[in-house]
Amino acid sequence: MSVVTNTTTIGAIDAPSRRNTELVLVVFAVAISVFAYANVGLALNGELPAGMLGYGAGLALLGGVAHLVVRRFAKYADPLLLPLATLLNGLGLALIWRLDQSERLLALKSFAPAASKQLIFSAMGVALFVGVLILLKDHRILQRYTYISMVVALILLILPMFFPAQFGAKIWITIPGIGSIQPGEFAKIVIAIFFSGYLMVKRDALALASRRFMGMYLPRGRDLGPILVIWAMSILILVFETDLGTSLLFFGMFVVMLYVATERTSWIVFGLTMSAVGAVGVASFEPHVQDRVTAWLDPFAGWGTHAASEQMAQVLMAFGSGGTLGTGLGQGNSDLILFAANTDFILATVGEELGLAGVMAFLLLYGLIVERGVRTALAARDPFGKLLAIGLSGAFAIQVFVVAGGVMGLIPLTGMTMPFLAAGGSSVIANWALIGILIRISDTARRPAPAPAPSTDAEMTQVVRP
Amino acid sequence: MSELTLTVMRLGFLAVLWLFVIVAVQVIRSDLFGTRVTQRGSRRGAAETRPQQGRQQQQAAPPQQRQQPGRQRRGAPTKLVVSEGSLTGTTVALQGQTITLGRAHDSTIVLDDDYASSRHARIYPDRDGQWIVEDLGSTNGTYLERTRLTTPTPVPLGAPIRIGKTVIELRK
Repeated sequence: MSVVTNTTTIGAIDAPSRRNTELVLVVFAVAISVFAYANVGLALNGELPAGMLGYGAGLALLGGVAHLVVRRFAKYADPLLLPLATLLNGLGLALIWRLDQSERLLALKSFAPAASKQLIFSAMGVALFVGVLILLKDHRILQRYTYISMVVALILLILPMFFPAQFGAKIWITIPGIGSIQPGEFAKIVIAIFFSGYLMVKRDALALASRRFMGMYLPRGRDLGPILVIWAMSILILVFETDLGTSLLFFGMFVVMLYVATERTSWIVFGLTMSAVGAVGVASFEPHVQDRVTAWLDPFAGWGTHAASEQMAQVLMAFGSGGTLGTGLGQGNSDLILFAANTDFILATVGEELGLAGVMAFLLLYGLIVERGVRTALAARDPFGKLLAIGLSGAFAIQVFVVAGGVMGLIPLTGMTMPFLAAGGSSVIANWALIGILIRISDTARRPAPAPAPSTDAEMTQVVRP
Repeated sequence: MSELTLTVMRLGFLAVLWLFVIVAVQVIRSDLFGTRVTQRGSRRGAAETRPQQGRQQQQAAPPQQRQQPGRQRRGAPTKLVVSEGSLTGTTVALQGQTITLGRAHDSTIVLDDDYASSRHARIYPDRDGQWIVEDLGSTNGTYLERTRLTTPTPVPLGAPIRIGKTVIELRK
């Protein structure tokens, strides 16, 4: 009989791998989505929809594959990210299918049923998620591609300028015969990699070399350079592509990451001032943006004359008629929004058919994803991983804020998609990749430290008792 | 579909949606644990027991000791608490492992105390599960209650062990 231990170490309790919790939650998420689908069918046609089995099986397959890959390649990853993404994606599919059944929308020329396409896009998204987890063994590899990411992001942002504008904004690349993609969604991830690589190197200069003036730390002129470049870039996007959302997303993400890297409140003050100046400046001469501002200020004034205002008014009425508990899935009239009802305005359908209670639940689901991202950043041990996690979850949060705020009339509407919920391939694929990177970082962050080698002085001790 | 069914489904769906949110928030509680003591180098097959760390108290105890009769005696201390000094409030679960105290970085409890030696003392269970404190040749000595230790001595529950400015005791 030997005394077994002599040396010990004290540390945080290792998070257990919790893959089983994740599995249970993924199953739960798929079940809720199938319930939503069945509910829509029962409400609209009085019978269970014919595609329910296929839809449920498809979603379960996606969730199951994603879960197995996480189990195999990212054992200690956060248990909530995958179920939350699966649930939002599944509910998005059910809502899109619900809008596909609408007579009003089907009569519209620009409308095409999107549910089956969206399921394929989700499958592509999960495939990219799987690819990220298998190919990206360690998120620190991305650090090597800091400046390459910058170039790639710029190319992705500039490309749409050479393609014709659709719906008033040049954010699509149209490839004849294949379809169109929205490179801005992917640029969001790539540019987060650049920002975190750049700020990791420059954070000390940005944080410490500053003068104190009126209780605020003013950065030196030469350190101000990058923020001015990003600002100019986002303004240029705004002017040439008339895409308010993307420029807000980029600038906001940069300010968030700058603040996290340097802990200087003055950057936030600068950032808010500059974005306000930029937005007001552009809004005063860009007709497309002016249109949105008019619709935001008084949506009901332009009823019947101003299309953007009328649409906004319909959205607000959808939220209003939903009330607290909603009209029930499939029983609302949110399809009156007509154009973009299943993309930018899908939250209005949630608001009408599930009511305030449903919208709050959806916002909490998004909030939980962001919370897990921030938690991952806190737990990550390397500064690059911290910044990348905070940048990605910050971008996700800003995107949700910009879309939800725009749809609810808090800020002028911008053409961005609700992550996972809205119909649209680029968005769902890019967001699955984003979740994949977050899961990879959280796996590294939560992985227990490897057991140290047995200590040589761990000898047996004789105890002599009096 | 009758009106009633649809209403039940509508409310039921909201309830299920919120249930998911609540379950998800409950899962987050797993992040809110304190510290634990891991043993170095002695747990063979540690990798296999990792996933079941929900039951750490039992898992972490080495299997050989667990089988001994009288190991889990009633009244045996379960934790070590720092009651005075800069580390006040720190607790370490007693799981049959040796606890080393001192200024050395690899100590279980790293004392930031000018009066402590780098390897000051250790506390370990003997074969009967009785906890023993032993001074490791420290400069300023280890005191159990009022007496300076010269030999390894059993520690009664709640008896203060003083090292420099730090006082620790074993509690249930």
